[in-house]
Amino acid sequence: MNKNIDTKKIIISNPLKLDCGKEINNFPVAYETYGELNSEKSNAILVFHALTGDQYVSGKNPITNKDGWWSYVVGENKPIDTNKFFVICANVIGGCMGSYGPSTINESTGKQIGTDFPIITINDMVNAQYELIKYLEIEKLFAVVGGSMGGMQVLQFVANFPDKAKLAIPIACTSSHSAQNIAFNELGRQAIMADSKWENGFYSNYKLNPDKGLAVARMAAHITYLSEKGLQEKFGRKLQDRDSLRYGFEADFQIESYLRYQGSVFVDRFDANSYLYITRAMDYFDLSKQCKGNLSDAFKETKTKFFVISFTSDWLYPTSENREIVIALNSIGADVGFVEIESDKGHDSFLLDVPSFLKTLGDYINSTYKVINERRI
Amino acid sequence: MKEEFNIISNLIEENTRVLDVGCGNGDLMKFLQENKTKDIRGLEISKEKVQNCLSKGLTVIEGNAESDLKQFPKSSFDYVILSQTLQAFLNPELVINELLKVGKKVIVTIPNFGYWRVRLQLLFKGTMPVTENLPHEWYNTPNLHMCTIKDFYNFCSSKNIKIFKSIALKKSRISEINKSNLNYKNLDSHLGIFLIES
Repeated sequence: MNKNIDTKKIIISNPLKLDCGKEINNFPVAYETYGELNSEKSNAILVFHALTGDQYVSGKNPITNKDGWWSYVVGENKPIDTNKFFVICANVIGGCMGSYGPSTINESTGKQIGTDFPIITINDMVNAQYELIKYLEIEKLFAVVGGSMGGMQVLQFVANFPDKAKLAIPIACTSSHSAQNIAFNELGRQAIMADSKWENGFYSNYKLNPDKGLAVARMAAHITYLSEKGLQEKFGRKLQDRDSLRYGFEADFQIESYLRYQGSVFVDRFDANSYLYITRAMDYFDLSKQCKGNLSDAFKETKTKFFVISFTSDWLYPTSENREIVIALNSIGADVGFVEIESDKGHDSFLLDVPSFLKTLGDYINSTYKVINERRI
Repeated sequence: MKEEFNIISNLIEENTRVLDVGCGNGDLMKFLQENKTKDIRGLEISKEKVQNCLSKGLTVIEGNAESDLKQFPKSSFDYVILSQTLQAFLNPELVINELLKVGKKVIVTIPNFGYWRVRLQLLFKGTMPVTENLPHEWYNTPNLHMCTIKDFYNFCSSKNIKIFKSIALKKSRISEINKSNLNYKNLDSHLGIFLIES
């Protein structure tokens, strides 16, 4: 949330017309960069974060004091090696880490915008981040990469800017949010809105925080990021700090205690309204509908090379949905590679230490960088 | 292997679009990329092999030729290659038809079950043949539909598939197959290589 941390930020003065019809201007986009941009400006990688991510991809997150959310992937001598690449990541608009969002202070009232904030979409998020790329004066990115909602942004970015990235790597994502996806997001939103401290989104005016609702939303969502097998192996029916059941509603089981913990740490770093807005943006995402039902049309102009990755145990954005992206690209003869990585860590696999994923991703990015530079495209 | 790669490479014109079906670890793709064309894709069913290919920077899709060739548009590749894989499909005829749709030209190579060394094993030992080129036992072989050079040749004529070029390979000796030497080449070659078109 907006704490007094020195975040890198630009103010976008160009008006941005949102999908909802409203227009925003002079709004902040917070970002972070890692590594150095080379003199040809050919080594820039734009990373898009997922629902609860932020611009702090690697190193220490200055707000949580924990490792950046993609520390396994981005950093020195990591698959995306910051000795070699210039990595950029921006907080999405709607977010709560410095970019324009519901917790931004409205200067005329001195209060948070709250639910007066306009509804935003994945398309709006991507268009805002494009302004950052322009500001950094990068004509062409080497790659756009992201998992989950980050992957949706990758797809939207290439659809909007077909000649701005040489390589696109959408991971564990979908081109269209399914009924199941929407259902889980709605569950989370209802949990927040049912919290009496939500106050129709103006909780900050009353110095309140709907933390119970937000924690429940996080707990429910967290289950969807794991796999049944992973849960069973990690927790089973193991009891938490006790030898026998207590015949009550305390956290008897380790899984209960784990989820409660996940919920409680989340509310310290995330804004409840941002959770509403960003999940809504994901639900509205339907790239094929943007192209009148033909997903291939979204990419027909592009020369971007694609590499799609899914995970065997991801039931939130299953392989079948990732494969639809591959099929759409193949049907227009686009350059696309695809692999499903074996992992029992569920949707979260892309954030975790999954060696075959990290190796394949790293090797692919590095060898493609070499090939593309040799070819001087 | 190298001989087969050379022959395939010689059948392909420079800077064309190529799809290698059942590309394995990408050795042929790499070879063609260095010698013929940069525009080459692969389709492979084994995750591990797909990962090996991607690690080398090759554009490969994890998938099954029997179900996934459909997603490519008609004639979207100048050449589609099927190297020593036809015998492993449940439905080779369907695969050949799909290949002919996706590729303007198709290169199929087949381990020849009519090779005399193979025939002798069955004739004299009375056991299913195991050779350098066909190293599996009957109970663990991935090969479901073994055929001979002559079988494939006849298959093409019965299905009105045009054979542009047919080449026989024995060790490193290369020769052309034609109607008059078909029986001999069928006996004396371990590999047949066909350039075909629908």
